[in-house]
Amino acid sequence: MSSLLEVSDLGTWFYTRQGIVKAVDGVDFEVAAGETLAIVGESGCGKSMTALSLMRLIPDPPGRIVSGSIRLAGRDLLKISEEEMRDVRGNEISMIFQEPMTSLNPVMTIGKQISESLILHRDMDRKQAMKRAIEMLDLVRIPEPAQRAKEYPHQLSGGMRQRAMIAMALACNPKVLIADEPTTALDVTIQAQILELIVELQREFSAAVILITHDLGVVAETAHRVIVMYAGRKVEEASVGELFARPLHPYTTGLMNSIPRLDLMRGQTDRSAERLQEIPGIVPPLFDLPTGCAFAPRCSKADDKCRAERPAYEEKQPGHWAACWHTNG
Amino acid sequence: MVSANPPVLEVRDLKKHFPVKKGLLRRTVGQVYAVDGVTFTVNAGETLGLVGESGCGKTTAGRAAMRLVEPTSGSIKVEGQEIIGLSKAELRPYRREMQIIFQDPFSSLNPRMTAGDIVGEPLLVHGVANKKEREEQVSALFARVGLRPAQMKNYPHQFSGGQRQRIGIARALALGPKLIVGDEPVSALDVSIQAQVINLLMDLQRERGLSYLFISHNLAVVEHISHQIAVMYLGRIVEYADTRSIFTNAQHPYTEALLSAVPVPDPAIKRKKLVLQGDVPSPVKPPPGCHFHTRCPYAVARCKVEVPSLREIAPGHQVSCHLR
Repeated sequence: MSSLLEVSDLGTWFYTRQGIVKAVDGVDFEVAAGETLAIVGESGCGKSMTALSLMRLIPDPPGRIVSGSIRLAGRDLLKISEEEMRDVRGNEISMIFQEPMTSLNPVMTIGKQISESLILHRDMDRKQAMKRAIEMLDLVRIPEPAQRAKEYPHQLSGGMRQRAMIAMALACNPKVLIADEPTTALDVTIQAQILELIVELQREFSAAVILITHDLGVVAETAHRVIVMYAGRKVEEASVGELFARPLHPYTTGLMNSIPRLDLMRGQTDRSAERLQEIPGIVPPLFDLPTGCAFAPRCSKADDKCRAERPAYEEKQPGHWAACWHTNG
Repeated sequence: MVSANPPVLEVRDLKKHFPVKKGLLRRTVGQVYAVDGVTFTVNAGETLGLVGESGCGKTTAGRAAMRLVEPTSGSIKVEGQEIIGLSKAELRPYRREMQIIFQDPFSSLNPRMTAGDIVGEPLLVHGVANKKEREEQVSALFARVGLRPAQMKNYPHQFSGGQRQRIGIARALALGPKLIVGDEPVSALDVSIQAQVINLLMDLQRERGLSYLFISHNLAVVEHISHQIAVMYLGRIVEYADTRSIFTNAQHPYTEALLSAVPVPDPAIKRKKLVLQGDVPSPVKPPPGCHFHTRCPYAVARCKVEVPSLREIAPGHQVSCHLR
């Protein structure tokens, strides 16, 4: 697969009163058409800021993209004008957000909101755009799409709103779809519906999907490749099968062991004796990162070298990258 | 597990309906059947997990069981004593036995009080100790939940999410309650922090013989922490059994769908999913018959008219479904 989107050395910094926050600190990755890349990590690891950087939606000030390139089909999005970028957003790259209620316009009907991008990017007239909007609503399996197109966001349930967001994001047939925690605000039965929908639509549209999530279950079931981020940097990257079978970075292992798992514990009688493995401590403040490995203060394997020197991000096994001094190939 | 002591909490046919008011005269035009007749028991030293999706009434059930919202009808026994009908003053000693931890550690702590005062407040309100004793007790509680006693003079905004939840736990422990109602206590936390808080809760249970009513939408967490589990859907309990039976031998189609919807963090496992269609109906106009029939893949004609009762199909395993 050739890459559709190539990100290299992306740096997004925020200039705050406490100091410079390197929210995204030298991140590279590639995504091919038809591929789903998951970026996982906990709050503050930089996963959402990476997504917003791709859309050039970083609030400036205080934030700024300070380095790197974002090449979409060869064109560097960091080099084009804001006007040209406006033509890329919602057209070549679109994004769906965690909370559809706050990202939809509450005083505009669903149909109109979907039409907007079609009128803007596809030179359709209102009638054509509305017709296409209704087709999109049908595609994301909203019942009675013509009726729903006339309704406002508050008249839809959470799951329906997320479907409408997906319809809007896909209306212009984008090359890249960024989904930032698309199911986090939804109930599990609705989450299952939405994930199924995203996977199906991706096949149909053969878009590249970047899935931002904290949920390893969602990653395992939807992604092809995974990047694990911690404190603004990549700590590990591999295919989904490889990552779950042989996690290399202690942070990844820690994440996997800290979640209670239904599939493993099913049928065990005495669970009350079991403890979950915790990762001690908390994520360090990004304006005051330790020298050396950022994870060292919470890591059981950390030694003097980890505390003194930042580990290089290396290919430890074919296609499996990690930044850790203690993974020996 | 059968314990010799009377159950810490016994709730029978608890109902909580909220009126829907409309128009100039605020006439009542309908009812939200938030909790529509639930019966459950929390045994001493055990955890009952109450699971379900948003709007199923699990939070209201938890609050009504503590009389934090006044139930419409039903019976609530705390260690065998009926607390429905008690006046506020009569209820006070029972309040000490039941404490609650909330989901959002940001909005449930007073931002203008120091962490030490927050944890010490229940002691002050119930007049348990003088100032010096209070400080000692609060300091011991801080140490127990994994905070430094030096942090007592800090304000909530100076703590991380996980630490704030620890403050909430310390506050709940202050009066030495028998029962703690946890309303999604770990849902707002990152997974690595979530594990810390779950471990803390389970350690405290072992040490102090606490009972928990653990309300959550996260099945994996509920499975890990609970001895018994009640699954709720639209204000009613649809399945009630010990944890093992729920997870190895789920009988209600809704429980089955819930379990199959949870994503498994292992790409090597390929399962056939039972994906439910549609949304949860409104609790203002719940569907007739079995509330679940509109989404149930197995529904037959009878399900649409007749309300199934919660029946015992195996010792300790109750299901409310016509097809079982």
